[in-house]
Amino acid sequence: MDVSALEVVEAHLQRILSVDGVDGDGDVWTAVGSDDLDQRDVHAYLHVTATAAREHAADVDRRRAAGEELGPLAGVPLALKDVLTMRGVPTTCGSRMLDGWVPPYDATVTERLRAADVVVLGKTNMDEFAMGSSTENSAYGPTRNPWDLGRVPGGSSGGSAAAVAGLMAPLAIGTDTGGSIRQPAALTGIVGAKPTYGTVSRYGLVAFASSLDQAGPFARTVEDAAQLQALIHGHDPRDATSITDTPADVLGTLRDGIEGLRVGVVTELQGDGYEPGVRRVFEQALERFERLGAKIVEVSLPHAGYGLPAYYLIAPSEASSNLARFDGVRYGLRVDAPTAEEMNAATRAAGFGPEVKRRIMIGTHALSSGYYDAYYLQASKVRTLIAQDFATAFEQADVLVSPTSPTVAFGLGDKTADPLAMYLNDVATVPASLAGIPALSLPAGTAEAPDAPDASLPVGLQIMAPLLRDDLMYRVGWAFERDLGFTPIPAGDTAVEVL
Amino acid sequence: MALSADEVRHVARLARLALTDDEVDALAPQLSQILAYAEQVGEVAAQDVEPTTHPFALRDVSRPDDPRPSLPREAVLAAAPHAEQDRFGVPRIVSEEG
Repeated sequence: MDVSALEVVEAHLQRILSVDGVDGDGDVWTAVGSDDLDQRDVHAYLHVTATAAREHAADVDRRRAAGEELGPLAGVPLALKDVLTMRGVPTTCGSRMLDGWVPPYDATVTERLRAADVVVLGKTNMDEFAMGSSTENSAYGPTRNPWDLGRVPGGSSGGSAAAVAGLMAPLAIGTDTGGSIRQPAALTGIVGAKPTYGTVSRYGLVAFASSLDQAGPFARTVEDAAQLQALIHGHDPRDATSITDTPADVLGTLRDGIEGLRVGVVTELQGDGYEPGVRRVFEQALERFERLGAKIVEVSLPHAGYGLPAYYLIAPSEASSNLARFDGVRYGLRVDAPTAEEMNAATRAAGFGPEVKRRIMIGTHALSSGYYDAYYLQASKVRTLIAQDFATAFEQADVLVSPTSPTVAFGLGDKTADPLAMYLNDVATVPASLAGIPALSLPAGTAEAPDAPDASLPVGLQIMAPLLRDDLMYRVGWAFERDLGFTPIPAGDTAVEVL
Repeated sequence: MALSADEVRHVARLARLALTDDEVDALAPQLSQILAYAEQVGEVAAQDVEPTTHPFALRDVSRPDDPRPSLPREAVLAAAPHAEQDRFGVPRIVSEEG
């Protein structure tokens, strides 16, 4: 059966209208106000570029009919995290600070997607300036998990993950700083990958922590994720942190199997603090790897336990510097005051939400005179030790595995009052971020939640590979996925209505 | 370390954040708790460990010195909260006495 790109886009737009809580009038549909959000709305999107998406899809159909050459994902719809700019479409970063800002340029990722004729459906909800693990820090209201609308989808790329899990897009782009692609992928039962740092351009990506931020793919299968990564990675002269090394061919060896590969289980990333259901699914995953012919070896990252405290000094330090650009002068909000300094301070007080203020304060303190050595410098040394740990571990194993998140999706509001408890959810994803290595999360099964013994919620498996070996990460993920046969469709009384 | 309300106000001034008294009161214990947790980094990493600020060694990046158009001035100024005479408008920075 032939299906046109326009029909595919239209079906997704109708799905968005029926489950996401958007106002579907005009060229760009916008999310309804957070006060009007329905308990049944997923609220994955902030803006849906309906007219532009239809026009782009119709153009792909016309060129296909004319026999023109099109890219491998031409006409496939995609949801773009609202941290990446797209010319002429509002970019808010989930913040009041950028409410109404319409960027005059495309991010490199956006440009490459357009060039490949991937059809961008719209911009997705996120924790404000990508700071958070639940998408509850969005100034526009939280996103809900399609598997259970009373639970979070993870964060900060929760909108992108929920769009894919809720059947509102087959592909999405997220960004990962300490786990913001992998953790929401795990909590919503889809595939998400953080490519090797520096392989995907950061040009046009609103910076949170520059030495860690990396855009990457969300998809329902490992192969789709690899296809999407292959479209967006590669050197960009407009990004000074973009590396010139050629990224691995992530598609060429995808189906080679894992016979004889050494899969390293990270001792430190599976014990205390991990829910029993998550541990059980992880143990079953290891048995599956053995059945597939891989050799399981135990490896240690002795400094992994210091990853989280180091991350929560380094990322806020970089954020406090990056977010200085929001000063009420060049874009976004301004609160008028008699002097420039008062205007800056009043604007930033009004534009930033509580989590962003908290991190700016931590970062400013950590970098301030008298504290720099004890905090930022010491954390940067820990970063060295963690990178060395990984280098040693990769001498003993080809890839490393762990649960992606210590918990299944938790309830909306459960952790918002305790910032440190929220931070602890990133324990398994942060070490790879500090080292810059590629890491993938894919569904490994389902488990109960401690507060809901009868629930069936997704559990993610994390696969980490050496620098620039994204190919190996996808190859191991592909073999695992094929054997597991997981169907990533939410179901149950509290899940979003399935088509 | 525990941060006092005055220390929180000092950091807020450095960060150009006009916090309310309620925000200061809420932030002081939260920041103290987070920093106490983060201080664990002091338990490892002795003097002889080189700090890492970036996953790859950064180098100076340059491009050929070919003139090319920048973003149109009007497109950039259109996003500004206040613009006049083809420039970004800001409140007075230097006082009359200063």
